[in-house]
Amino acid sequence: MTGRRRDLPAGVVANPRLSRWVSIAPDGTVRVRVGKVELGQGILTALAQLAADELDIDLAQIRMEPASTDEGPDEGLTAGSRSIEDSGAALRQICAEVRALLLAEAVTSWGLDPATVTVRGGVVGDASGRRIGYAELAVDLDRDADGSARPKADAGLRLAGTSVQRLDLPDKIAGRPRFIQDLMLEGQLYGRVLRPPSPAATLAEAGTAAAAELPGTVSVVRDGSFLGVVALDEEAAERAVAALRETAHWRERDTLPDEDDLPGYLRAAPADTFTVDESGLGRTDQIVQTMTAGYSRPFLAHASMAPSCGVARWHRDEVEVWSHSQGIYRLRWAISQALGLDEKNVTVRHVQGAGAYGHNGADDAAFDAVLLARSVPGRPVHVRWSRADELTWAPIGPAMAAELQAGLDAGGKVVTWSHEVWSQGHFSRPGYAGSPGLLAAAHLERPIEAPPAADPPPSAGGGTARGAIPLYTFPERRIRAHRVLSAPLRSSALRGLGSFLNVFAIESFMDELALAAGQDPLDYRLAQLADPRAQDVLLAAAELGRWGAESAGGRGIGFARYKGRGAYCAVVAEVEAVHEVRVRRLAIAVDAGRVVNPDGVRNQIEGGAVQATSWTLKERVRFDRRHVTSADWESYPILRFGEVPEVEVEILSRPGEPSVGAGEAAQGPTAAAIGNAVAAALGLRVRDLPLTTERILSALGE
Amino acid sequence: MERVFELTVNGERCAVTCEPDTTLLHVLRHELDLKGTRFGCGSGQCGACFVLIDGHPVSSCDTPMWAAEGKPVVTVEGLAEGAALHPLQQAILREQAAQCGYCISGILISAAALLARDPHPDERAVVAALDRNLCRCGVHQRVVRAVVRAAEAGR
Repeated sequence: MTGRRRDLPAGVVANPRLSRWVSIAPDGTVRVRVGKVELGQGILTALAQLAADELDIDLAQIRMEPASTDEGPDEGLTAGSRSIEDSGAALRQICAEVRALLLAEAVTSWGLDPATVTVRGGVVGDASGRRIGYAELAVDLDRDADGSARPKADAGLRLAGTSVQRLDLPDKIAGRPRFIQDLMLEGQLYGRVLRPPSPAATLAEAGTAAAAELPGTVSVVRDGSFLGVVALDEEAAERAVAALRETAHWRERDTLPDEDDLPGYLRAAPADTFTVDESGLGRTDQIVQTMTAGYSRPFLAHASMAPSCGVARWHRDEVEVWSHSQGIYRLRWAISQALGLDEKNVTVRHVQGAGAYGHNGADDAAFDAVLLARSVPGRPVHVRWSRADELTWAPIGPAMAAELQAGLDAGGKVVTWSHEVWSQGHFSRPGYAGSPGLLAAAHLERPIEAPPAADPPPSAGGGTARGAIPLYTFPERRIRAHRVLSAPLRSSALRGLGSFLNVFAIESFMDELALAAGQDPLDYRLAQLADPRAQDVLLAAAELGRWGAESAGGRGIGFARYKGRGAYCAVVAEVEAVHEVRVRRLAIAVDAGRVVNPDGVRNQIEGGAVQATSWTLKERVRFDRRHVTSADWESYPILRFGEVPEVEVEILSRPGEPSVGAGEAAQGPTAAAIGNAVAAALGLRVRDLPLTTERILSALGE
Repeated sequence: MERVFELTVNGERCAVTCEPDTTLLHVLRHELDLKGTRFGCGSGQCGACFVLIDGHPVSSCDTPMWAAEGKPVVTVEGLAEGAALHPLQQAILREQAAQCGYCISGILISAAALLARDPHPDERAVVAALDRNLCRCGVHQRVVRAVVRAAEAGR
């Protein structure tokens, strides 16, 4: 068996017990538990399709259970566009083995004819006409996967590859309670935290009596600079926290960098410098021209529509937690670490929140609930952040700067390519750098200081360096990254991580090089790409985007393969730039290998492209030297209905290629296509995001 | 001072005891257990908490009860007729015009108000009617298509 086990999917090796993934209820319903969580990306629907196919049951017979640390497999984080690849492979293997066991049972114990046995809708039958349901077979699934059965060949799949509708949407469009914000447990109380007024502030003094005496207040909690209240309902909690705010005095310091010179801040800060790629030797004697350009992005907020939320309940030294975390096992570890608990005394259950787009305040809000609920043992405490706390205290995507240089031969082709990138780290999820990574832990009487953000390892796609290795066939490449060793603003993973800026920089620079060589940007790229799948998405996007046709404003193109090994994506943007930049149309081609749910991929690409348009045109976390000042939707505007471009997506069919995630593939290419289209429209290159009128005017002045 | 407020929610008369400045959103979610209306910002900037008051889309997070008193209020739960989903809800499902779905209640309310006053809006009118609703997942285009098609289906 060991030989066969060795090539099982990693998720199965880590969680081999079949019953952890699948159980069959008496009515024949199959309960499926995965370690991945629904964030609005539709992953549970896609995984249900795969499970139904392997088990030969209908989608309606499947119940996708929310992830929980007390049952179900540990599949790590739901992040990095890895779910369909990792969890999909594991779940297919598990379900194939379960089906094989059920069939074997039908033959050996029930005497069905092995030569003619078939399954349909969870019912096993044979040529004699006998029929037995999965539940009736009562197979014990409390055993480990051993590789004795294999998932079906693609030809045997019915649901995979089709656009089945999302399983969770009927509840959501009807307004049924579906989100953690709606959770209402027996005896539930409501908590609020009074956050400090600025990132480095500490509490000098606070009178808690006024808040405690208000009707509806149940408890007031102070631990160091952590201040919060528990009340009978949300309204009472709001009143109590307002009373606390009146009495709290803080010591504040200026610790934030100059918002108007983020590249300067990043390049001057102490950093961990590492080589990302150093390969090839270009014929430097052929270089006739060298070009250099610098690009940057500001800090960006996740800006989820729902403020973060968490619920916790203590029983003696055990705590149950409900969270919309992207990593419930990491959160369990972090809570136990921060409070000195045994990990087995912490249970974390996933409940859906609004779209996250990376590491937002979910884990922090859960820990707030844990701290507040400690004051009311046995009672669940529901904590919901304010909009201002969500925009000013949740981790944000780090500012970045990149400098690119290319040596060109007489034909304009790249001979040598260098790319340096500076960024705060992109990873401060619970457990990073050995730290709990929970916001309130740093505010306690005995604080657990938060180290500067780290980066995911290169095997997970890196952070600062994500997307920095171009797919082009440049003879010589020198790519270096500098991860800044401080974090005056708390940074962490935002959809696409470093690839958003790295791809924007690479693809903007490619356009600049093409223009300098007097070549069409599409032809220039195609001539320096060897990968036929890359060429195909570029050509498909060009056709869809009417590349080369007349345009009222300008057209631009952008391309990348996500993380160098995920989905290929090319975008043609059409913009108008009169008083401000408006993106009229995005034509996108994507190759994500074998696609499980085409409409799901289309929706992710459309949504990713619209969000990237918003980042590119409008978004920037604002701050002075002390406070984050973008605290509502007016100071942190995002793209509105009237500003959204028409988005057209073509999925290239690759049934023979492995499935890869598509959720982050559009981010970088969209920004680059828009930047290049603006340059085409204005004859002016804007290298610092966002592409606001103010930035364009300042580029004009240079 | 707490007192009794009467209002009509989804066609049913109800009475709640609260402060005059208690928000309508709080009453809907906590007193009446209607969780479909979502909290997004608390200052009327995002549309997640929209309800119909006298047929107009209004943010319930900053509408005090003294202002809602006696008024007919419709929430997302009140759009369907019994088991039959509102044509807009059907269209949102058909077009799969949601990702996380947190903003969709408020969007449905804005769209329902539009169709009540203009049963056959063109795309431009739909976009204008939804411009006070924010969506972070980027399903705007699908939503607009769904609203236009729901209106077409009603012809």
